[in-house]
Amino acid sequence: MAEPLVTLDGVTKTYAGITALDGVSLTIRAGEAVCLAGENGSGKSTLIKILVGVERPNDGRIAFDGKLQSAITPRSAAEAGIKVIFQDFSLFPNLTVAENIAFSAELGANARLVNRARMRTLARAALDRIGVDIPLDVAVETLSVAHKQLVAICRALATEARLIIMDEPTTALTEREVRGLLTIIRRLKADGVAVLFVSHKLAEVLEVCEHVVVLRNGAVVADGPATGFDAASLTRHMTGRDVAATPPAPLSPAAPALMQVQGLGKAGAFEDVSFTLHAGEVLGVSGLLGSGRTALAKALFGLVVPEAGKIVLDGRAVRLGDPVAAAVAGIGYVPEDRLTEGLFLTQSIAQNVSIGRLSAYSGGAGVLDLGGMMAEARDWLARLSVKAPNPDAPVRSLSGGNQQRVVLARWMARAPRVLILNGPSVGVDVGSKSEIHGIIADLAAQGLGVIVISDDLPELLSTCHRLLVMRAGRMVDDIQGSQITEADLAHRLAS
Amino acid sequence: MKLDFARNETLVALVIAGFCVLAAFSDPGFLSLATLTDLLRGGIVLGIFAVAAFVVLVSGGIDVSFTAVAAFTMYVSAMVLNAVAPWMPWGAALAIGMAIGAGLGAINGILIAGFGLPTLIVTLGTLSIFRGFMLTFVGQKQITTLPPGMREFGRMMLLRGENADGSFYSLHAAFAVTVLVIVVTWFILHRTMLGRSIFAIGGSVESARRIGINVRGVQFFVYVYVGALAGLAGIIHASMARVANPFDLVGLELSVIAAVVLGGARLAGGYGTLTGTVLGVALIVLVRNSLIVLGIPSTWQSVAIGILILIGTGLPAWQAKRAAARAA
Amino acid sequence: MKNPSLMSRVFASPEGRLAVITLVVFVGMALLSPDRFLSVQNLTSMAFQFPEFAILALAMTITMLTGGIDLSVVGIANLTAVVAAMIMIRLTGSDAGTGVLILALGVSVIVGMLAGVFNGILVAWLGLPPILATLGSGLIFTGIAIALTGGSALMGFPPAAAWVGNSTTFGIPTPLILFVVLAVGISLLLTRTAFGVRLRMYGANPLAARFAALNIDAMLIKVYVLSGALAAIAGMVVMSRANSAKADYGSSYLLLAVLIAVLGGVNPYGGYGRVIGVVLAVLSMQFLSSGLNMIGVSNFARELIWGVLLIFVMILNTWRARPR
Repeated sequence: MAEPLVTLDGVTKTYAGITALDGVSLTIRAGEAVCLAGENGSGKSTLIKILVGVERPNDGRIAFDGKLQSAITPRSAAEAGIKVIFQDFSLFPNLTVAENIAFSAELGANARLVNRARMRTLARAALDRIGVDIPLDVAVETLSVAHKQLVAICRALATEARLIIMDEPTTALTEREVRGLLTIIRRLKADGVAVLFVSHKLAEVLEVCEHVVVLRNGAVVADGPATGFDAASLTRHMTGRDVAATPPAPLSPAAPALMQVQGLGKAGAFEDVSFTLHAGEVLGVSGLLGSGRTALAKALFGLVVPEAGKIVLDGRAVRLGDPVAAAVAGIGYVPEDRLTEGLFLTQSIAQNVSIGRLSAYSGGAGVLDLGGMMAEARDWLARLSVKAPNPDAPVRSLSGGNQQRVVLARWMARAPRVLILNGPSVGVDVGSKSEIHGIIADLAAQGLGVIVISDDLPELLSTCHRLLVMRAGRMVDDIQGSQITEADLAHRLAS
Repeated sequence: MKLDFARNETLVALVIAGFCVLAAFSDPGFLSLATLTDLLRGGIVLGIFAVAAFVVLVSGGIDVSFTAVAAFTMYVSAMVLNAVAPWMPWGAALAIGMAIGAGLGAINGILIAGFGLPTLIVTLGTLSIFRGFMLTFVGQKQITTLPPGMREFGRMMLLRGENADGSFYSLHAAFAVTVLVIVVTWFILHRTMLGRSIFAIGGSVESARRIGINVRGVQFFVYVYVGALAGLAGIIHASMARVANPFDLVGLELSVIAAVVLGGARLAGGYGTLTGTVLGVALIVLVRNSLIVLGIPSTWQSVAIGILILIGTGLPAWQAKRAAARAA
Repeated sequence: MKNPSLMSRVFASPEGRLAVITLVVFVGMALLSPDRFLSVQNLTSMAFQFPEFAILALAMTITMLTGGIDLSVVGIANLTAVVAAMIMIRLTGSDAGTGVLILALGVSVIVGMLAGVFNGILVAWLGLPPILATLGSGLIFTGIAIALTGGSALMGFPPAAAWVGNSTTFGIPTPLILFVVLAVGISLLLTRTAFGVRLRMYGANPLAARFAALNIDAMLIKVYVLSGALAAIAGMVVMSRANSAKADYGSSYLLLAVLIAVLGGVNPYGGYGRVIGVVLAVLSMQFLSSGLNMIGVSNFARELIWGVLLIFVMILNTWRARPR
């Protein structure tokens, strides 16, 4: 077995009394891929920051190449060959591929003038090492997400990376692109480069990993050879519970049809999607990234303009491509990315709830009934048990689970007929997750149609009556939730 | 060579070509050396300003104070040189102008790179400060007797001659300075790591920090460089006008930025070319000087420039909006 | 100190800090030149001076709240003034001209609103960055004013025209009354109506506003229409005070209006700003420049002091905003 490249021993980090990392031990060897799994807030990003010298641990030892490091700085980490590829890749969209790859190497060499020939040679060598061919002179902004990731990997290689830390590497990739990435990781490993995958969703990269470490609340809760893990056990370790996939109360067969989607299509995203949503039904939509599931969800709410098909709600056609019309027709949408799409972070909790209902509180002269609005917001916050001491505080002061409930409250206050939830429990703690599932069940019991888009299979199985599976933009399966197991569903998604 | 119609440079070049063709039809005298030298002369100071504004835009910032820097520099230099060193040659006068301008630019640089304040607000503030300081503490009267060095520079011509109809044409030596400024700036932006860092910061500040670019240092350089160019432009303006009027220049800043944006630079930073900048300036100068040739009264030039800006920036913005709507 | 929490509360908000600065400036000027600064004559002259650019600053404020900016306000003000002047000159008779004045005022506000519709369409429908859209449209509005007048000043208004900018109503300068009414109106609009809440929320996060199904295009157009209407009113005050209209009046007012809004604590990236802050910013600047004028400092020192004040307050705000 190769010598350890990086060794962590009992690393602990606390921020103002809150323990972010609690005695974490971890070894990464040259030519090895390690999978560091954990939900949001489990301490993964703190671990990355410590490894690259942005944060100092309070306790524990870290060694590079067997040499104990007393104080890691960004510089010493870079010199040791530890490189991070952030989720956003940190590239320069306006510069060429060659420049992006060679920039940090040239900076490191203290070059003052641009040596285009040297830059191109450097970039070409890095690309050759991973065996891909990307034109050197095109601007990075024109590349696909997968190619951008490869450019980021090459940039790390150009500065003699020995350990490449990849933060959420598969989030934005399609299934085929993930396969391509795995091939490249194998080449890197054969080349003696170590890789640390850091993610909340790693089942896809398990096959190239030697080792898996699972973090929960800052502590290592599982640690062993990759062969001992699968998607389900990873999730179980990350969330710390056996997600009992108990299906929801059965839907009455007499439930009337609420919304019909007919032949909805948009070039390059999804095509010919048709389904019917019944009153009181929770419909799951799943599929790998790139399957078109998010584009479909956005199209249902008018954020994406479909080119074909129609949406009929309560017998009336909904105007396509217009969120305002969709909302007026009674469709609500809880977005995937709460922080950028869902919330007005600097604004008050109460206004984040009321924003959808302002017209209901506008008097004759357009004057708002602020008292009534506040009362209603308080009422919704209480109903969804949002722990908010002061509704006037900015919404960013809340935890992830409470923030998600604020977005839910905003839509529930509008009394929608159909509510679309994209990734309803991403980044919320386990307790909030089951409460949010409870809210979904309540909504359905009140006769709403609910559409849940998620890649969390246990979540789908425990909330949905029926599951639609998307693959390459098409709806390929329509399954009763009670008739399928998690393993079966995982198989259908990937095949 | 293939024409890329999505690029502002192509559009602006086509508009310029179209303008010239129309002008030549309505006035055959338009296509003459005299017109050309007039236009080139009009582009000297504007061109240096535009290059300066371009560099700031590339870095992702904006500077509206450069006209005040120029006015301050030309006025203070003329006054100081007259008082203490009238023997200074013109080259030294230009160098002193650049030094004063760089000093004022450094104030912007400290506030922006050091304190991290928003660029528009800082330069809006320093615009008032530089101008207010000059008019309050230095003076408000025109200096009609320039120092000998500046007077000498004001008389230098690259070429001069007589047209067939007996009128004279000439190209001022300062045109060579503008060309030099463009060449030097091109070299910095494209052949030095500093220049690539300016583009990199404009592309993504966060990424630049992560790969170890000295973001503050680069920003500081940008504002000092812009100050130095503005100072240079100020001295040239006074020399050519043969008077240092403290009320000149300020008010041009938005038109200059408009010319640069017309040439394809983006306000968000990271994009644009010097070719585009030069074309943008050329179009603005053409409209200012020669609109009348097309039979449009010169009182409409402001409208014409406004429409050009809206089309030049609106077309790409509208295309981007369409593209965003098409993508999922 | 008996109650330190009151002090820290005052200093916690940009408006609180600005209020202290305004008070210090006022007291300082009153102490430096007590008999002249506090004289009725000086106070009145200040009340006549600031409303025109303060109204422009209100226009700037509402566009900045959405994360935009309106660089065309001075262009709109001059264009509407020119239109009003042409109407008055054409229609004026031998009487005081009150009817003509009212007609001119009405038409000019409508012209200002139409200019705002133009800006709104550029920003909302065509997706132009507001700074470029209004830079271009501002040139067009100014250009139309130049084309209409040939670049010269229009004069010869009926006596009634002086009412807007040069008269007192119940002993109070009319422009001041106009400003107070508009400031209170805009303040109520921003805090007490759905429109105000929406535009602030949009400024805080335009993407979330889209996901919350706000009707963004309509809202943006209304914002620029309102800005245009305010600019038109400011134009009327300038015209009346100058007793003439010209295409290039008040060109320094554009940057001044931006400066006042930012000084008043309005976040130029959108989402935060209060009318009271803008009022305090206007007052502190007016006190400072009048007071300095009195102790013999030149008129141009104003600009210098405005700039210093702006940068000082920005440093103070960033320094306060640093996480503890």
